[in-house]
Amino acid sequence: MLRDPLRAALSIAGKDLRAELRSRELLGLMALFALLAILVFSFALELDRPGRKDAVSGVLWVTLLFASILGHNRSVALEREHGGFDALLLAPVARGAIFAGKLLANALFTLIIALLLLPLLTVLYNLPAFPPALLLIVPPGCLGLAAIGTLLAAMTVQTRARDSLLPVLLLPVALPLLVTALRASNAALGNLPETELQTWLLLLLLVDLIYLAAGFLLYESVLEA
Amino acid sequence: MSQAIEVCALPAERQPRLLRLLNILTVLALPLGLYVALVHAGTDASQGDVQRLFYLHMPSFFGAALAFGGALLASIAYLVKRETCYDSFAVAGVEVGLTLALVNLVSGSIWARPIWNTWWTWDPRLTSAAVMCLTYAAWLVLRNGIDNPQQRRRLASVYAILAYVTVILTLIIIRIRPDTIHPAVIGPSAVNAQGSFELAATPGVTTALLVNFPIWALLLPLTLLWHRYRLQLRIEALEQRKALVLNAPLRAAKGSD
Repeated sequence: MLRDPLRAALSIAGKDLRAELRSRELLGLMALFALLAILVFSFALELDRPGRKDAVSGVLWVTLLFASILGHNRSVALEREHGGFDALLLAPVARGAIFAGKLLANALFTLIIALLLLPLLTVLYNLPAFPPALLLIVPPGCLGLAAIGTLLAAMTVQTRARDSLLPVLLLPVALPLLVTALRASNAALGNLPETELQTWLLLLLLVDLIYLAAGFLLYESVLEA
Repeated sequence: MSQAIEVCALPAERQPRLLRLLNILTVLALPLGLYVALVHAGTDASQGDVQRLFYLHMPSFFGAALAFGGALLASIAYLVKRETCYDSFAVAGVEVGLTLALVNLVSGSIWARPIWNTWWTWDPRLTSAAVMCLTYAAWLVLRNGIDNPQQRRRLASVYAILAYVTVILTLIIIRIRPDTIHPAVIGPSAVNAQGSFELAATPGVTTALLVNFPIWALLLPLTLLWHRYRLQLRIEALEQRKALVLNAPLRAAKGSD
């Protein structure tokens, strides 16, 4: 039936999306957290207008990073509570397809939060509407976050500390992604020379590729009964 | 969970001849290297005596990279073969690597105080080196957080493979981020680099580096790795024996039923 890995991945992603459509647990949590984080940042930084222009891409990516950690933790906790992982392991599908399915759903959730954040940041930080170049950076950034998060969250859910361990494991490994995405966004916002945009976008894609390769290769070893 | 946990052979009580040779070599080489670095090498004209820290600073990073590399290879081998010894070697690699990485960070920090006029700055190179240390510290936390030994070995192996990305990043970052102030030793430094020096400018500098590099980057990590590996094998054997003894009454009770 689901011998075809692509179809298996799509149906696993579809399952996560359907579950989310019915419960609206994950996205609500992530969106509320992201909104609160932006408010906290805007109070904490108390910046003047030029300062805000420099800080906004940092606020965007750090908020996204933490929101995605929250989402990943909730996502694996749900699977665990309902025995989803056991069922997925029993299913006759390749482990890579399970990874791809979970990754797709998680990337989509993070992307939705990101697209929600952009207009919010425009309003709250009183900046002109976001440049279109940013729309080139946000999807690969979300994909990378989802790739490394899906892999690591499947690991931390098996530990004693559960969800509190994910940020400790994720933040150092996600740093290359954060740096490249931040630099590219800064270039898109005009804080850096325009030539920088292409360089950092390419590096971001390279980081994505490394995370994806690591995920596909290692997920099998993570998800063993 | 299957009970067939294969355990590697307990290391012999007496250390192998090569290890004993390494012990003697390391104990003799460390003071010799320090003598060459602190006394024999000429004083750098612009930086003064603090430049001598460099002989320890740069080689210890490569020692750390070697040990982390050992942990990486051992982790891959563990995932492929599932033999406990590989995991024990990975433990040794991460712990020795982390120690040398801390030597690298601290010596760099002491050097930076007079040269950069600050103990620490959020330079790309410094940041990535600190992140590397934190990643391997997270590895230790992860390893301590899992009770099931097989699960612990498996997940620690996966994370050790990922963690090596930070080592590569630290190595190449002064070449891809032109805004670093960290000098490059081999090849041209970044434009903003502060505190570069010519190896050929002062007599004895090249010799001191050539003497200290193999000591800190090769001899010391290898000796420490081997000892830590032997210790870890003993710990694993002890755990195994403990489990056997603790489960003995349980199995006896089952047998009599």
